[in-house]
Order: sequence, then structure tokens, then C-alpha cells
Amino acid sequence: MFNRIFLFLILGAVAVMAGGAIEGEVAKQELNMSAIIMFLLFVGGTLGITYWAAKRTKSAKDFYTAGGGITGFQNGMAIAGDYMSAASFLGISGLVYLKGYDGLIYSIGFLVGWPVILFLIAEPLRNLGKYTFADVASYRLRQTPIRTLAASGSIATVILYLIAQMVGSGKLIQLLFGLNYEVAVILVGVLMVLYVTFGGMLATTWVQIIKAFLLLSGATFMAVAVMAHYDFSFGSLFAQAVEMKGIEVMSPGGLVSDPVSAISLAVALMFGTAGLPHILMRFFTVSDAKEARKSVFYATGFIGYFYILTFIIGFGAIVMVYTNPEYLDVAKQAVSGGSPILGGNNMAAIHLSHAVGGDFFLGFISAVAFATILAVVSGLTLAGASAISHDLYASVFKKGEVDSMKEMQVSKMATVALGIVAIIMGIAFEKQNIAFVVGLAFAIAASANFPVLMLSMYWKKLTTRGAVIGGSMGLATAVLLVILGPIVWVQILGNAEAIFPYKYPALFSVTVSFIAIWFFSITDNSQNAKNEHEMFEAQYIRSQTGIGAEGASEH
Amino acid sequence: MKKELVEKIKANPDYQKLVKTRSGFSIKLTVAMLVVYFTFILTIAFNPSALGAPLGADTVTTVGIPIGMAIIVFAFILTGIYTKRANGEFDDLANAVKKSVGED
Repeated sequence: MFNRIFLFLILGAVAVMAGGAIEGEVAKQELNMSAIIMFLLFVGGTLGITYWAAKRTKSAKDFYTAGGGITGFQNGMAIAGDYMSAASFLGISGLVYLKGYDGLIYSIGFLVGWPVILFLIAEPLRNLGKYTFADVASYRLRQTPIRTLAASGSIATVILYLIAQMVGSGKLIQLLFGLNYEVAVILVGVLMVLYVTFGGMLATTWVQIIKAFLLLSGATFMAVAVMAHYDFSFGSLFAQAVEMKGIEVMSPGGLVSDPVSAISLAVALMFGTAGLPHILMRFFTVSDAKEARKSVFYATGFIGYFYILTFIIGFGAIVMVYTNPEYLDVAKQAVSGGSPILGGNNMAAIHLSHAVGGDFFLGFISAVAFATILAVVSGLTLAGASAISHDLYASVFKKGEVDSMKEMQVSKMATVALGIVAIIMGIAFEKQNIAFVVGLAFAIAASANFPVLMLSMYWKKLTTRGAVIGGSMGLATAVLLVILGPIVWVQILGNAEAIFPYKYPALFSVTVSFIAIWFFSITDNSQNAKNEHEMFEAQYIRSQTGIGAEGASEH
Repeated sequence: MKKELVEKIKANPDYQKLVKTRSGFSIKLTVAMLVVYFTFILTIAFNPSALGAPLGADTVTTVGIPIGMAIIVFAFILTGIYTKRANGEFDDLANAVKKSVGED
């Protein structure tokens, strides 16, 4: 029965796409045939994988963690894939294109959280958890309040991240494929629901691996093509870039100007990465701590390599796209002067792909960018659905008295619900300024998820009361400071001056969270707190040695 | 896990060695990463021109470029160092502990 529904949905998705393509032609938008063909190949291939994965996804464990049988290398690639979103590919290369060196500062911030995740989190997380990071946070604390808190943090992070991805995807697809915005958003939503409901973590992981491979190959080709132009000399590439945009591109500019913002951004990126539910969930897809470590090692390598590529690509765009009349937005230039490129700075990498590889390669990179969005939203949706079904439904509402099939059904329903929410939000936020959204997602992950997770693994005196009050205060502070900050309070709400002067709240909200957790834990003298202290040692032994940890399933 | 088992493992010299060496090692590497990264970020905040200085008289490439690239490579190398030691030495100790309590 499942298979029939599946085929029906594939046909539906293809029909939506074909319909959209025709519409694009009617609207006389430029239609990139090679992009569409390559994208269809990707969608066809990944739906094939989903079909294969659906037959292997029989239990909740398969659904949430691909049976725990993913290898370290595969998982490293998938983690890298989760992290190399379209926003980071187009956004960071666009930032390098716009500001040069500042783009590199951002990339480094995104990368340096990884070693810390490896040294402090990956292994205890793998040894203590089963499906979600809430398993770990609630290991010796009270299930209901802790899971509710962890699930709220996860769902908030996932939905914010989803909004950013959906809006980005709609605009990107509109631009690249000539599809209309709503059609693009619906298409992304439908495909992601298909991958996740039918193929679970197994399909989501393979979609991510394939996309990571395509993205790394495409970006490598672009970087090599750029470097080949300059006889593989960075000196000549930079010299040319300086000639076009001035010497400012070679040094830190205004991106992080005051020390507080700089440190706050660093805290958000580092601890936020360690609190992203869709990333943390990946550690349960491998068989043991050994593979979990290898995952981070490979992931760090791929991500670091990718950021070096985006840096070269950004500079490549400066020299090959910046003053190229072919990519100039004439209409915009007439209004505001300068040399704006079509589609804005985030299209720098896309235009560069055309400059180095013609229509065919432009098609490839466009298709890869779309594939990237699909893969990332699938991972996010799966993480959100797990928080709903495993943490809220099975553990909070049913108190663990639920069979695995029922739990899996609930997570499939949750996936569909999240898909609908993502589509509605994607359409609702089309014309909104969403610059704050990803920052807010990272701030929440850093202030609500990370402190609770970290202290639950390492601090004996953590109690349920401390974790719940501190984690909630971290979450509330992050949200409040973003609302009162320059982006929402001034740019969106139109007030004259921000009440909270910094763009990044993490330094403050993370501090609030840690202090509140500490304070409300040490002053907790209840019997419950004493029991929780006593359970710490057994938990610590398991986290250190893996005795009693979840293994891979048998097939 | 039963209380007796917890006490037994805690008394196991392999376990003590594992916890001691690994946490020392993890903390050292974490500190190394944080020091490198925050030095970089604070340099940008307080003295950005230090990174904007050209590498030589005849080049526009600034000091910040190789430093930035080096931090990326450094992060990767640190994960390699940890993974190698943990997957060998630390896992051997953990396996010895598991064996001693009849779990492997």
C-alpha cells in the first residue's frame, strides 16, 4: 500500500514540476533547460533511493537513525551536507564577493565549533542517547519537564531554520528555474515530506551524502577553474581583485566591529552548532563512539575544504563577475548606481558558474543549489518530527508506554504537519526581512539546547529544576534580545533606536542560561535533586565507556 | 547500572586512567582551539590592521589570509589528532573496562 501511495506522490510531484515549468515559459522567464534536466535527474535518483530506503525502514530505530548502521565516513559526509546549506554556499561566497576577507571570518566561526563538538560532546552523546539529544539531557533528570524543554528548543530551532531555507529556496528557484515562488516553495515542501515520511533517516542521509558530493565537486571545479586563470597563484588572483574592488577586500572590514559583537557572534556560532538538533541527531546514526568520532573528523575536513573553496569562489566572482556586463542588473544600476549583479550578491557563485562553465555548468550548479535546499530541509524536518514524536508524544504524553510502530506513525504525521507549516511560513515570509531568522535559530540552540546538554553530561549537581529554569531563561533571553536588537526593533519594526544595541545576543543569553542553571541547581535541596546527583556516576561511566550504549540494529 | 557495578568500575585502574587521560587531553585540545580562535576574533575586534598588513612589499596578499587558512587547517588537524588517539588508546582502555565487567 505504501508503495502505491509513494508512486502516486512521485507522479504528483513530477506533475507539479512540469506544470511549473510550463508556467515559467508562459511568463517568458528565462528557462534554463540543462538546470531543469539535471534537477529532474537528482529528484528522480533521490526518490529512487527513498523507495529503496522505505523498504528498509521498518522500525522506529530505522526511521530515526537509519538503524544505526551508517559508517563514520558516510556520516561525516552527511553532517557536512547538513552544514553546507544553500545559505552557506551562496551566502558566504556572496559575502566574500561583497566584502572579501570578512567572508572568511564568518566561515572560520562556522568551522571552529566542530573540534569542540568532537572533544566534548560527540562521544558522550553517542553513548547516552538513542534518537534525540533530549534522551541525553533527560537521562537522569525528570523526563516530562526536560523533554518538553528540549523539544521546545528543537522545534523552535527547526522551524526558524526551515523558514529561512524555504524563503531562500523559493527565491532561488524563482530566479534559477523561472518557477513562480509559491510553486517552488510547495515543491520543496512536498519533496521533503516524501523523503522523510517514506525513507526516514536512511533516505535523508543518502540524499545528504549525494548532495554533499555534488556540491563539493561543483565547487571544486569552480575554484580550480578560477585558479587556472591565474596560473594557480593566489597572489595574482588577489592582485586582480584589489584592482577591481580596492585594497579593502584583503583585510577585516566592518562586519565585526566592536569586541562585544565579535565575541557574541563567536559564541553563537560555536555553541549554536553544538545545539542544532538536526546535527546532534546524526550522531545516533553510527554504530558506536569510534564511528561518531570519525564522523566529526571527516565532517570537519569536508566543511573546512568547502569554506576554502567558497573563499576562492567569492574572489573568483570579484574578478570574473563584478564588472562583467553580462551579469549586470541594468535596471537596478539605473536607480542606485554602482555595479549590482542580477539577483543580488548571493547570486555571485551562480553567475561565476556561468562565467567558468557556460550554460551547462550553470545548470549543474543551479540544480545542486536546489538539491542542497532539499537535503537540508529534509534533515531539519526529520529532527523536528523526532522531537515531536519521540520526546513529546512518546515520552511526555504517553510516558514511554507506546510501541515503536505507533511512535513511527506519529513522527510521519509530524513530518507532514511540519511540511505544511514550512510551506505556509515560506509563503507568508516571502516579502519579510528574514535576516534575523538564522541568527535567532543559532542563538536559541546556543542558549537553550547547548547549556542543558553540556551540563547534563558533565556536571553532577545539575538538577531538573536548574535545567528547566535556566534553559527556559536562556531561550527567552535569546528571543527577547533579538526582538529588541537592531534588526527586528529598528529595521523591521521601524523604531528609531535599538533597545539592545547588539546584533548577536548569544554572549548574553548563553551567560544567563549557564548562570541560571547553576544557581537553580545548587539551591535545589529536594529529594529529587539528591536522587539525580546519585544517578550521575552511572551515567558518567556509560558516557565514558559506552557500557550499555545503544548498538546498531541487526540487519 | 547497579550500585555495585558502578563501584567496581570506578575502582578499575583502566577506567581511572581512561577518564583521567582523556579528559585532560580533551580539555587541552579544546583550550588550544578556543585560544587560537578567540585570539583571531579579538585581533579583528581590537586591532584589525594587524591582519590587514601586506605579507611583503610586492604583494597585496595580507597576513590575515594565510592565518585564516591556517586556522581552518588547524581545526581539521586537531580533530585528526583526537580521533587517532581516542580510536586507539582510549578505546583500548574502554574495551578493557568492558571486558572486566563482562560486557564486550
